[in-house]
Amino acid sequence: PSRPPAGATSVLAGLYGPAEVKGSRELPDRAALEVLLRPKVGLPGVMERSREQLLRGTCEAVVLGGLHPRSAITLVLQVLSDGGSLLSCCLNAACLALLDSGVPLSALFCGVTCALGADGTVILDPTTRQEQDARAILTFAIDSAERKVLAASSKGSCSVEEMQQCLAAAQRAADTIFGFYRDCVRRKYSKS
Amino acid sequence: KENCRPDGRELGEFRATTHCLSSGSITTADGSALVKLGNTTVICGVKAELAAPAADSANKGYIVPNVELPSLCSTKFRSGPPGEEAQAASQFIADVIENSQMIAKEDLCIVSGKLAWVLYCDIICLDYDGNILDASAFALLAALKNVQLPSVTINEETGLSEVNLKQKNPLIIRKHPVATSFAVFDDTLLIVDPTAEEEDLATGTVTIVTDDEGKLCSVHKPGGSPLTGAKLQDCITRAVTRQKEVKKLIDKVTKSIKPK
Repeated sequence: PSRPPAGATSVLAGLYGPAEVKGSRELPDRAALEVLLRPKVGLPGVMERSREQLLRGTCEAVVLGGLHPRSAITLVLQVLSDGGSLLSCCLNAACLALLDSGVPLSALFCGVTCALGADGTVILDPTTRQEQDARAILTFAIDSAERKVLAASSKGSCSVEEMQQCLAAAQRAADTIFGFYRDCVRRKYSKS
Repeated sequence: KENCRPDGRELGEFRATTHCLSSGSITTADGSALVKLGNTTVICGVKAELAAPAADSANKGYIVPNVELPSLCSTKFRSGPPGEEAQAASQFIADVIENSQMIAKEDLCIVSGKLAWVLYCDIICLDYDGNILDASAFALLAALKNVQLPSVTINEETGLSEVNLKQKNPLIIRKHPVATSFAVFDDTLLIVDPTAEEEDLATGTVTIVTDDEGKLCSVHKPGGSPLTGAKLQDCITRAVTRQKEVKKLIDKVTKSIKPK
């Protein structure tokens, strides 16, 4: 399991698989991916289901499931603390867990959250306070191959130009995050 | 044939959208609407109840949406607790209401700190042929436009609320958010308003919600094939056009109802 620190937000991700799959979930041509998101407090609700769907869709787009047919890959995310930008923290944790486990991937992805202030300024990786004050919050999952948008989720309303500005900022920020992934992997293999 | 879909539509063409209003399809509900997007049939019923506002927002009412995909609408769904798709759809509708501010919760407050309306919006799919998000959002908007809330006063002496069923007021709908969904095929092909068959074969979906002023209320892309910013922009442009068409349709139907 891998855990990236992102300010005061931390998510623990554990990946299990490719492993045995229960009868009904078995897919004949690829791996069946399942994502479970556990909030810090309380039982998972509708919001967690919606986020699980987004995370699953993002992972399915990069995992080469065709190499492991009739098996199950389960990703479990536990929220340890939430200081803002939770969804992008989950996305980053998910990708690092996939990297750490050695599941074959076609590309990496990272999550970036942008908050739009009342005056139109873009803040990346906002804290909870900044999120509350923002007019709109956009989270993008950016892929490593061509910096395309794998997933998007938004809160609040904004103009189309503002959305494009946030997307451009997120794509630039993705470079920093992918650099961080590279460092993590380098450190892991340089010890052994 | 090139650029043609199994049902004969073009890539950017919507299915025939009909919206049956009359005096509301569900007579026991405070507001209701039945919407058909081709074969996809969704009915929304709004029930208004009274409750005390929350302690931290004493002047706000509540809107509680719930999307149900019962086993009768498609063989995909089993009876029992709501599956992931229904829950994700419910969350999506809740986000649309919140992001677009289509109803100001302050308008639902009757007496600050004591009494407010709770609008329970039940969206039920009767026939599932793809594009449930668009149909649900449209049904919700149409039902809310149809809602007539009785006027409520608090009796000074008894402190109890008195509901006057003879005097009804419509809800104030500030914005008209409309959802437009696209199915993505392998990073290049985008088709609008997918049927169930097209959705199953697609490698991803995108849903854009726009409001009257062309502002984005929601960009909903739950994973799937990656898209460039330019492709996303094409989707948004199409969504803005769609919003105008749907708004015209709703206005036409609302005008055609004889006032009660």
